[in-house]
Amino acid sequence: MIGRALAGLLRLPGAVLWMLLRALAAAVRAVAAILTLGDIVRQERPGPASREAAPAPPAPDARASALVAGALLVSIAATIAFGAAYALGAQTQLLAGTSGVSLAALAVAFIVWGQRLLQQEQITEERAPEPSPEEARRGAEEALARGEREISRRGALGWLLAGALGSLGIAALFPVRSLGPGPDRLLFHTKWRAGAPLVGIDGKPIRAADLLIGSVATVFPEGYVGDPSSQALLIRVEPGLLELPPAQLAGAPQGFVAYSKICTHAGCPVGLYRARTHELVCPCHQSTFDVLAGARPVFGPATRPLPQLPLRLGADGRLRALGDFTEPVGPGFWGMP
Amino acid sequence: MIGHLVLWLDDRLGAASFLRKAMRKAFPDHWAFMLGEVALYSYLALLGSGIYLTFFYTASGDHIVYHGTYRPLDGVPMSEAYASILRISFDVPAGLLIRQFHHWAALVFAAAISVHLLRIFFTGAFRRPREINWLIGVTLLLLAMAIGFTGYSLPDDLLSGTGLRIAYSILLSIPVVGTWSAFLLFGGVYPGADILRRFLILHIFLLQALIAALIGVHLFLIWHQKHTQFRGPGRTERNVVGSPLWPNYTMKSIGLALVIFSVLALLGGLAQINPVWLYGPYEAWQASSPAQPDWYLGWAEGALRLWPAWEIRLFGRLVANPFFPSVLFPVVFFLVLYLWPWIERWITGDARPHHLLDRARDCPWRSAVGAWAVAFGIALTLAGSNDVIANLLGVPVEIVTVYFRVMLGIAPILAAVLTYFVCHGLQERDRQPERRRIRAIVRVNARGGYEEETLPTPDSPAPEPGGGESGTGS
Ligand code: FES
Repeated sequence: MIGRALAGLLRLPGAVLWMLLRALAAAVRAVAAILTLGDIVRQERPGPASREAAPAPPAPDARASALVAGALLVSIAATIAFGAAYALGAQTQLLAGTSGVSLAALAVAFIVWGQRLLQQEQITEERAPEPSPEEARRGAEEALARGEREISRRGALGWLLAGALGSLGIAALFPVRSLGPGPDRLLFHTKWRAGAPLVGIDGKPIRAADLLIGSVATVFPEGYVGDPSSQALLIRVEPGLLELPPAQLAGAPQGFVAYSKICTHAGCPVGLYRARTHELVCPCHQSTFDVLAGARPVFGPATRPLPQLPLRLGADGRLRALGDFTEPVGPGFWGMP
Repeated sequence: MIGHLVLWLDDRLGAASFLRKAMRKAFPDHWAFMLGEVALYSYLALLGSGIYLTFFYTASGDHIVYHGTYRPLDGVPMSEAYASILRISFDVPAGLLIRQFHHWAALVFAAAISVHLLRIFFTGAFRRPREINWLIGVTLLLLAMAIGFTGYSLPDDLLSGTGLRIAYSILLSIPVVGTWSAFLLFGGVYPGADILRRFLILHIFLLQALIAALIGVHLFLIWHQKHTQFRGPGRTERNVVGSPLWPNYTMKSIGLALVIFSVLALLGGLAQINPVWLYGPYEAWQASSPAQPDWYLGWAEGALRLWPAWEIRLFGRLVANPFFPSVLFPVVFFLVLYLWPWIERWITGDARPHHLLDRARDCPWRSAVGAWAVAFGIALTLAGSNDVIANLLGVPVEIVTVYFRVMLGIAPILAAVLTYFVCHGLQERDRQPERRRIRAIVRVNARGGYEEETLPTPDSPAPEPGGGESGTGS
């Protein structure tokens, strides 16, 4: 009793889903029916095979002929219109409309012709069984085995042949190495050097006075504007707010703090700064970094903080790097410390 | 005329007996069997439009300053590649139409392959003797994604550049060989040397040749093994019933091809897609938001977004975060997909050849597995747009992400369980056909009264569906 009630209950969501599926199937069939004027759908279950023996001669279908003729005329007209539109340098929309109509009308002609003007027949083909007759199988095996015996009879020569082919194959892969430099330490360095002045994307030097508290600028080392690995974000915050260990704090004079702009998750430029919460957000997968706490990730898939670029503020009011980033920038890799 | 051609060919190739049989080859008719054809014809559309586009595209990352027809970008520095895309879009007559036609065709191509693969899966068409075509089909799906991505990267606009950056980072995250493979593919530290040129060669030559070759083998095997068919009167495991190739099937198939070309042409000119001039040229320090890849890579984007902030160190080395959602997960998923025919055989112990298709209900557990995978894919794809959804709903993106993490676990299981019971319910219904049979007809007559006509009950029970020569796997 309870079992049956339970089974009934379980079937209820199934029934609802079934209704939905049926509605969906009906929609698909409707589209298919429009595409094929119904015949493919109707032929889902064909009549008895006897139809094949004597296909009924097609009834003279004047309406179908008229439809095909009409469609072909429309297609020709649309093609001419397309040609004219192209010659006159018309809008893309007009080109699409004319060529689309031309193709669609032609499609109608083909489908109606195929479905209504051709003799409809279902033919039956027998399938040959996949395995060949036993004799043929044994014959093939034997032919292969005989060749193999012939070759392996030469023992050492066979091995030598395998060695020659194998080593040639491996050597043929060597040129792949020329496709790029080895990684070496390339991922560990950027163009930042001690004393490198910070410049903006316009190449102009960044002065402390240019940046208000709460604002942010994309910076590069002088002479390397646009260098993808060296891009950094300079942010000015209220000096007292930074919660960094002393060594890092020393690289953030008067609340000017700079981090690599390359997301440690998958390398997108971390472009969004939420000044109110002091958070940097990566637009790609929403990793969020806390600017006050050394760009520690607080949300999203990123696991490592954005490396900090240590800065110093010169007497001339210009910001300079104290050196390169403290860690490799960007996404993680096998050899990353 | 045709007669002369046949004789001429036969004199040289002895082709007459092949032609006689080929023209009378039977192709079963069912709307679901058109899905593979849709993929084939959108591939032809891609090939034609793609060849045209290569005449105008410049695969160069060298920077120039733009002074062309499109005024809003006048004076903006950009790569020659991006400028050539602007030229195609604004200066080449019909260039924009063909470019957008190409992009739409790529979306349809990937969609058709995916739906075709689902059809094959749910009907059990991958079973012996068609395992080879299953392997080729899954490979074609992977190649479609790869060729789609390389093509998407060529315009060198802000969105595609961001995608390239992520792809590089994913490569970089692979243990042991990651850095090397990223450096060899890109030619150095990102953005590398000449990456557009390399991707162009991959896109129009290497991947292209592979796809063309595999489609060829795929079709040859279908031809050789003959198409599968659904159960029905007169259809057995040992025959195939359908329209003859010539002329019926040919006319129908050309009609379908024209429908697809027509839809693509209309989409290409009326539905804007990938308006790269709005995204702007790629600059390494800029990113646009929201940024989503084309739909067929939505699952990968979603996986990257949902994977938690987690990575491990192995032997003192780093296995970085993107490795898990973007390398390990797809590798495992596609491995299971590749091996499915053998996994299923191992579970059911059914190693017989099958030429009659299952309906989805005939093998509830397989359909449940399929529903699980579909729901999983949809959930991942939706999660790939979590920022858009968050904006739409006015909810913080953090909450949407957590929601998707939970749904990724629950929704697929729900889908699988529902599918399982629906399939069993349908089987049940099939077993009691008399419940649905009309027993009597009640008519309103001209005077407003009712007349009842009782129909004779057939004495022979309806044929058992699911019968036939072979059992189903369950
Ligand atoms: S690249 Fe920044 S979150 Fe993924």
